[in-house]
Amino acid sequence: MQELNKEHKPLIVAFCCNWCSYAGADLAGSSRLSYPANVKIIRVPCSCRVNPTFILKAFQKGADGVILCGCHPGDCHYTSGNYYARRRMTLLFSMLDYLGIERERTRVEWVSAAEGAKFSKVMNEFAKTICELGENKRLEDLRCKD
Amino acid sequence: MQRIGVFVCWCGSNISATVDVEKVSAVLALEPNVVISQNYQYMCSENGQALIRNSIKEHNLTGVVVCSCSPRMHEATFRRACESAGLNPYMLEVANIREQVSWIHKDIEEATEKAIILGRTAIAKLRLNTPLTAGESPVIKRALVIGGGIAGIQSALDIAEAGYEVDIVEKSPTIGGNMAKLDKTFPTLDCAACILTPKMVDCAQNEKIDILTFSEIESVKGFVGNFKVGIRKKARFVNEKLCTGCGVCTQKCPSKRGLNDFNMNLNTRPAIYIPFAQAIPNVAIIDPEQCLKLKNGKCGLCAMQCPTKAIDYTQQDEIVEREYGAIVVATGYKPISLENFNEYGYSTYKDVVTSLEFERIMNAAGPTSGHLERPSDHKQPKVITFIQCVGSRDTSGCGKPYCSKICCMYTAKHAMLVREKYPDTQVNIFYIDVRTPGKNYDEFYRRAVEQYGVNYIKGMVGKVYKEGDNLVVQGSDLINNEQLLIKSDMVVLAAAIEPDPSVRKIATLLTTSIDTNNFLTEAHAKLKPVESPTAGIFLSGVCQGPKDIPETVSQASACAAKVIGLLAKDKLKCNASTAGADEMLCTGCSLCENVCPYGAITYIDKEFRLGGGRTEVRRVASVNPAVCQGCGACTVTCPSGAMDLKGFSTKQIMAEVDAICKN
Amino acid sequence: MNSKEQVKIIKERSGTDASKCMKCGKCSGRCPAYNEMDIKPHQFVSMIEKGEIEKLLNCKAIYNCLSCFACVERCPRNVAPAAIIEAVRQEVIRMQGGNYINSEEIPQIVDEQIPQQLLVSMYRKFNK
Repeated sequence: MQELNKEHKPLIVAFCCNWCSYAGADLAGSSRLSYPANVKIIRVPCSCRVNPTFILKAFQKGADGVILCGCHPGDCHYTSGNYYARRRMTLLFSMLDYLGIERERTRVEWVSAAEGAKFSKVMNEFAKTICELGENKRLEDLRCKD
Repeated sequence: MQRIGVFVCWCGSNISATVDVEKVSAVLALEPNVVISQNYQYMCSENGQALIRNSIKEHNLTGVVVCSCSPRMHEATFRRACESAGLNPYMLEVANIREQVSWIHKDIEEATEKAIILGRTAIAKLRLNTPLTAGESPVIKRALVIGGGIAGIQSALDIAEAGYEVDIVEKSPTIGGNMAKLDKTFPTLDCAACILTPKMVDCAQNEKIDILTFSEIESVKGFVGNFKVGIRKKARFVNEKLCTGCGVCTQKCPSKRGLNDFNMNLNTRPAIYIPFAQAIPNVAIIDPEQCLKLKNGKCGLCAMQCPTKAIDYTQQDEIVEREYGAIVVATGYKPISLENFNEYGYSTYKDVVTSLEFERIMNAAGPTSGHLERPSDHKQPKVITFIQCVGSRDTSGCGKPYCSKICCMYTAKHAMLVREKYPDTQVNIFYIDVRTPGKNYDEFYRRAVEQYGVNYIKGMVGKVYKEGDNLVVQGSDLINNEQLLIKSDMVVLAAAIEPDPSVRKIATLLTTSIDTNNFLTEAHAKLKPVESPTAGIFLSGVCQGPKDIPETVSQASACAAKVIGLLAKDKLKCNASTAGADEMLCTGCSLCENVCPYGAITYIDKEFRLGGGRTEVRRVASVNPAVCQGCGACTVTCPSGAMDLKGFSTKQIMAEVDAICKN
Repeated sequence: MNSKEQVKIIKERSGTDASKCMKCGKCSGRCPAYNEMDIKPHQFVSMIEKGEIEKLLNCKAIYNCLSCFACVERCPRNVAPAAIIEAVRQEVIRMQGGNYINSEEIPQIVDEQIPQQLLVSMYRKFNK
């Protein structure tokens, strides 16, 4: 069992807002700041476009960690979207907590378009945390397993 | 059934060095719906784009996936390529395999695998793409400027110069704003009226500019390009068209006890008055609070004396409806009320005045005709003490947390003017910091110290009190480490400035945002400083943040350039990725309306056919695509799942999640 | 206890955030005991922020402060210099463990203009 866990490569889904965090990821790329390949980015117009069901769906489909990145508070391209996202995620996280999902599996980070280094650092840290937590079993839909 | 073409870019060796592009295109070719999968050295080059165009025609493609650099880089390029081959530009998805793969991963196997997954994800999303068309809306070629101070005047003149019609709506009886009250302007010391009044006259004479004074915004409907604004023209009891501004009425008026607000209430004026000699429009106005005729019906002298019979005691407020393509907010500022600062004795001692009052005292057209005299006994002061930062940089709740920006310079100006006209006057200035960023500003301040001998004291005043005829200013001198008691004949307070209180109502009407200090927020602090987050609303002058005159004028012109850019368009291309409600699911709950930062969502009563000839009227959400910016806040808020965002639909994002997780 | 800990304790005890000070000097501008104080109210704020605790613990000013709170009332940044002075004084008294003034000494140092109330409060303040 221990052996298996070492083999396990966690899957991380990152929702990035188009205006700040996605651009931050681009900057991380053009600055050649590496982060693990198992982090996959989904582009959304704004962090407030992320429906909590997307995150639940990712967990159900076998993601081990989900991170939501948006513009810094006050910098939202759409004025207030990240505030909505922040409130929604607070609620979702407390619900996940209630369900017994480790709190560390989900995260909200503010990454601006200028923070390539921060993006890479956040992703590295998050991937490390998820690696330590191991596989997500509680929410995974076993029917989705290969 | 979609027919998808996949194009994998090498980006020279940028991608191909770490990603096996051959393998990527070969694996993606096996995906369902993919009819062609190719790779090429530079997809963004003319040849690469030709490859896309030809493949679209040759294979009847209904969608294109390009695996290349970030969509922020070349999405627009590839969209144009699709469009020129007759494909809807929104039937394109870009998989970012450069910034997210080749540039950050070294292991070829790992990178290739990730590139394939990202390609699959893009294909999964594309399968659910629908052709989108950016809507168009016409632009009404007329601008509204709210506020007739220097900011509004400059914006209006520049817009009119470009050939568009502009209305200035000003709430007071004349345009000119605060600048008209000033005596001299820093750092050149030319007189404010000499540079402002020609601009005011230009406004009045410009055929394209219509000035509505003593008017306020009552209602705003519509969106960028198509605003409908209701303007209340308040009754001034004088027919503007007939009045010639001869001023006979103002001399004959027997009620002369109204406070002259143009002179900061330092003297009085008649009940019928013209605010100041160069007022635009040069038309009299009756103050109903003071007018004997309006108060108790006994007078009517002005009507008898008026040579043009312009006086009309029965005049009522009038609402005018006008349409505009763009709105400029230039509502300006006012000094804060000093009721929280009793330590300076402003309300107790007549000889403690604010800087704006001091401007009027120094002004040749002011209450003292420009003679420096203190208000209490009209004696010429021998010692004047200025106190800076009165209410600025105050986080205790008494004042404002920000720096008012203009006080350091105008205080230096006042000090210089006093020392120049009355060299035997001693001038002291208490300061916390002297902030003089600006062209020739620090030189100006140094001149006050070095040439004019102004006594700058680093420290703050704790109390102003009266001893005999004089005021005593008790303050600290932090550099000499002593406490000073300065006998002064007059004290001038550099009161903080705050946005004009009318801005709150206007911001609400315009659905534009306002910060905790009531300054209007700009769309981007650095790159969009004159646009508000609401499309079609522009910010000019101090309503956006404290500014001096040069800065206000530059911002006003920048604002005009943005307005002209908008009005020059016949039609506005809207954002194609807009939200829309499924009317069959919408429950009319209004939640989306409340979260929309742009006010793009309204509710309409719509008739639905139920079958059997019966109909039902239901309240459903309706998104105005011209206003919607496509953030998606409403989609998540919607409890019934009726609201969705085109181009980033719930199904599309779910498909992406599936594609990423399926391995 | 080293001086770093002492600074921390004094800051805590004062309940005010000295880092908010913008060095305007309004506190010293109104202080009625300014001329008697060897360290001025604004200096208390900056010295505690810089951790210069030795000078503060040995100064006379902590006993000259009238605790009139004019500085607290005037501060535009919600810093309370009087609270810092009070906290330093507390610290000194706790370190000494004795009384600073004996009741017998009072008649010699009193001048007739000192209000009775001040005498009472001073006696209360300077003794355990």
